[in-house]
Parts: sequence; C-alpha cells; structure tokens
Amino acid sequence: MTTLLGSVSSRLRRPVGRKGLAPALLLVPATLILIAIIGWPLLQLVIVSFQQFGRAQVFGQAAPFVGFDNYTRVLGDPQFWQVLARSFLFCIVNVVVTMSLGTLVALLMTRLNKFFRTLVSVGLLLAWAMPALTAVIIWGWLFDTQFGVVNYLLSQVTGIDFTGHSWLIDPISFFAVAGVIITWQSVPFVAFTIYAGLTQVPDEVMEAAQLDGAGAVQRFRLIVFPYLKSIFLVVTILQVIWDLRVFTQIFALQGIGGIREQTSTLGVYIYQTSLGTGDYGAGGAIAVIMVIIMLAISIFYVRQTIKEEAL
Amino acid sequence: MSTVTKNADLAVLDSAVAAMIVPPSPRRASGRPPRRPVSGHRVKRRAASVVFSVIAVIIFLCSVFPVYWMINTSLQPNNEIRGPIPNFFPKDFTLGNYSTVLFEPSRSPFLPALANSLAVTLLTVVIALVFAFLASLAVTRFRFKGRKAFILSILIIQMIPAEAMIVSTYRVLDSWSLLNTIGGLTLVYVATVLPFTIWTLRGFVNGVPIELEEAAMIDGLSRTGAFWKITFPLLAPGLVATGVFGFIQAWNEFVLALVVMSRPASQTLPVWLRTFQQANTTTDWAAIMAGSTLMAIPVVVFFLIVQGRMTSGLMSGAVKG
Repeated sequence: MTTLLGSVSSRLRRPVGRKGLAPALLLVPATLILIAIIGWPLLQLVIVSFQQFGRAQVFGQAAPFVGFDNYTRVLGDPQFWQVLARSFLFCIVNVVVTMSLGTLVALLMTRLNKFFRTLVSVGLLLAWAMPALTAVIIWGWLFDTQFGVVNYLLSQVTGIDFTGHSWLIDPISFFAVAGVIITWQSVPFVAFTIYAGLTQVPDEVMEAAQLDGAGAVQRFRLIVFPYLKSIFLVVTILQVIWDLRVFTQIFALQGIGGIREQTSTLGVYIYQTSLGTGDYGAGGAIAVIMVIIMLAISIFYVRQTIKEEAL
Repeated sequence: MSTVTKNADLAVLDSAVAAMIVPPSPRRASGRPPRRPVSGHRVKRRAASVVFSVIAVIIFLCSVFPVYWMINTSLQPNNEIRGPIPNFFPKDFTLGNYSTVLFEPSRSPFLPALANSLAVTLLTVVIALVFAFLASLAVTRFRFKGRKAFILSILIIQMIPAEAMIVSTYRVLDSWSLLNTIGGLTLVYVATVLPFTIWTLRGFVNGVPIELEEAAMIDGLSRTGAFWKITFPLLAPGLVATGVFGFIQAWNEFVLALVVMSRPASQTLPVWLRTFQQANTTTDWAAIMAGSTLMAIPVVVFFLIVQGRMTSGLMSGAVKG
C-alpha cells in the first residue's frame, strides 16, 4: 500500500528526465528487434496473402498479386469452416471445463487445512510446470493402444477388455484426450489465480452475509463473484486466447496417431496448408484471418489491463 | 464475539458442503443461522473436512500420476513395460534408458540438442533482460511523446499468435540466412518474450519510489549513479523473475523451433524429443520417457522457484497491489 501511494505521488511530481535522446536510445534495441522479428514477418504475411505463392515461388519465381483471390478461395472452402468451427468448439469446451474445475479447486483450497492445501498445490504445480510437448508425450503413453495404463485400468474396472483400443483414431475421442491434456495443464493457473483472489475477499463481508442468511451459492454469486469479476474476466480471456491458439498438443498427438484431416485446428491447419501442401498464399490468408480473430478477442484483455493499470 | 466467529466458521464449512456436494437447501428468509446441537455441528464439521480431504487427495493423485508414470516408466527395462500388466513400481530398477538416451550414438543425439537448447535459452534470457530493462526504464523514468503508444503496442504485440506467424518467420529468417542457426532462433525468442518482459519489468521499476533516487541525488550522487546504486539493487527480484520466465519460454518452445531448426544437428530439445518419439513409439517407450524426464527436470525446478511471481505478472491487469 505504501509503495502504491509512493509511486502515485512520485508520478505526479516526477522530474521530467533529461529531454531528448535518452528515452529514444533506451527504446532502440527492443524496438528494432520487435520490428525485425514481428513487424516485418507480419507485413510479409499480409503481402503473401494477396499473392499467388506456391512451391515455384519458394524457388525464386516472381509471385504475382492476385487481389483477394486467396481469401475468396479460403472462405469458399468448406474445410476451412470446419477447421474454424472445430477450433472454436474445442476452445469453448476447454475454457468452460477449465474455468469450472479451476474455480471448484480454488474454493476447495480455501476450505482445506494447511497440509492438504499444500498437497493440492504441489500436485497442481507439477502438472503446470510440465513442458507442453512433454505433457502430450506422457499422455500419449498413458493412452497407448497396446501397453497404455489407461486401457489396462479400464479393463480392470469395467471388466470389458480395452486392450488394443485406440483413443486417437476417432476424432471425438482424439479431442477428448487433447482436452484432458490441456485441462490438466490449465487448471492450475486458474485455480491459483482465483484462490489468490478468494483470499482477498474480506472475511467480515462474508460473515455479515452469513448472518443475514445468505446460502453458499448466494454468497458466491452476490459477494465472491463481484469481488473477483475482473479476475474471472481476465483469466477467461487468457484461456480463450491460449486454447484457440493450441498447436503443440494437436500437432504432437497427430504424430502419435490421429487423422490429420479430421483433427486439425487453426494453427495446425495453417502449418499444413503452407508447409505441407505448399500453398503459401492460402496459408497466409488463413494466418491473417487468425491474427485478426486473436487481436479482436485480445481487445478485451488490453482494455481491461489499461483500465486497471495506469500506463 | 468469539462465539459468533466460531458459529460462522462452522456454518461456512457446512454451507461449503452444500455448495460442493449437494444442491443448496432453501434458507429461511431472515435471521441467524439455525441453532443446532453442538454435537451435530461437530459431526457435520468432521464429515465435511473428511470429504474435502478425500477430494484433495484425488486432485493430487490426478495431477501427479502422469508425471509419476513418466518417471516410473523411465526406470524400467523396455521389455518390462511391454507386458500385459503394467508395473506400478519399477520392479527391475534400471538407469539403462537414461544411458541409452544420453550416450547411444545410433539414436538421434540428445547431447547436441541439449547444447543447442542451453545456448539459445541462455542467450535469450540475457539479451531479452538487457533490452527489456532499457525499454522499461524509458517508459517509467521518462515522459516523452509516444510513451503510451509504445506501451499499448507492447500489449497488442503480445497477443499476435506465433502459430499464425511460423511460416512467415521461417521465410524471413531464410532470406537472412538465419535458418538452423543459434542466432536466428535466439532473435525469434527474444522478440517473443520481450513484450511480456518489458511489461513485467515496467511494473517492478514503477514499484521503486523515485524519492529514493531523489534523496540519493540530494546526497550528491548523479542521476545515473543514484539509479545504479539505489534502484537497481531493488529490482533484482524482478529481474530474476522475468529471467526465469524467459528461460521457461525458450526452453519449452516447440512450434517456432520446429520450423526454424529443422536440421538434425541444430535441433533444440523439444524438437529432438518429438523426433525421438516418432522414431521409437512402436519400440521403446521407456527411452522416450527417460528423454521426457531429462527435458522436464530443469524447467520444473525453475518453475517451482518463481511460480508465485508468474501468476501475479500475468494478472497485473486484474489484481491491484
């Protein structure tokens, strides 16, 4: 609190730094690298999306401009719409499941004694810390057709022989496995963040509501939720962004045993269209569409961030 | 006073059960929580905490089991894990899979990939920290035209999905002859982590009151001297936290490394792990799990060190203070 007030007051009476070159010089390295590695490729991406750009162009032929041809081609392709719908559906299911589980785990953590809370935290941290690719490979092994422990346990529990059951061939169960992996790794962030928020809700308010006869659900809806609204908002937006971008999990699972055509999400589809099929023009158009979608969603995050934090 | 608190505590517990186990029962319109015999409270309370503890243990097991299974598999000979009944503990304990991964030259080589990963990661951390530090100074300690625009563009750039940019990045690096080079991938990673790093460090620098510097300047230090002697040491935790964030990002990154470092000799660990998994899936899951464990260890260690700060960094937009 003191530091907060301190920084506010200092902002008001801050001596304006030596005018002129100093701030510009300080910004030069970061700006240069962002322009070169993000700005320039982004511009190239937009340009390519308006060109006819195939394998021949990779080997040096001139790329003719074709206007919006790539876009009309992409938007007229039913496969693109399938991929888009699949990506959004997968994202929404993941976000709903992750947010619900994360919130429940956070609520549970407020009710646990220290020992069990630490136990839960350690488990969540471990799952969170796993590199995404490692996580996919581990789960690929757990769900292995022949020797996977999941098939073994299911056979034991249900009495039906699951040996040899492939989880990745069927698109629905492929996405179920992908969803489990993503949820396993995303719930910790949600749970920890919301738990941190829950500890900020003043006890007195909760007690007062309690004495006035508010039930558990009412207390959550009328007190906890309003207190944590901005946290819920930001976490949800971040989850939407992360789950819509999903690449590693899908790409690596396809490598372990999925059918590409039926399981690609946006990012993987761009990769396949460009590097796989060699249609860089169409790949570029899809990529531009994806950037636009992501930035449109991020506006909420950026707005919220600016609102809460003085620039 | 104390009895009120105690009652409230008990009620919190049993309404928590209501919220999580059974649907909420309709409450009376007004008044205090219903009085119940003390023994009833105690039974309820004990039941609630037992139920919660059981759920906690289940969550713990679900979170930890995959990691445990990775380590468990990596410590068994390959023929042991290919039986009809999996071993839940390593029966024939062996480190053979690790030596296979590390030293068997006929397999795709782990050590060069490790060297590449280390080089790229360390370079990324150092360069990103220096550049981000300079930029965060500019936006916190100076007022100038375009300052807000710069911060805003940092926030927006952070949201451009790398997944959409891979092909374009590949082609640009190709045109600069930077494909399959440590330098090329480092540049890409620096650009990837810079926005977050600048944003986080900005918060840390803002947290150090400028009065401290002013006081030092009154005592005769120069502006630069005051900064280095007073503010910089206070920023150490921030630098460590953002540095570790960069480390984790660069160490784990897979998508960009996949296209930028496609040549076997220049692979980083994630790309190596995928190649290794592709080559051995039908034959040697034990070695794959040993490789996964080796790759996960450093990042798990670093992660455990800084997880608290990572959460607060990401959430700086939502949580104040």
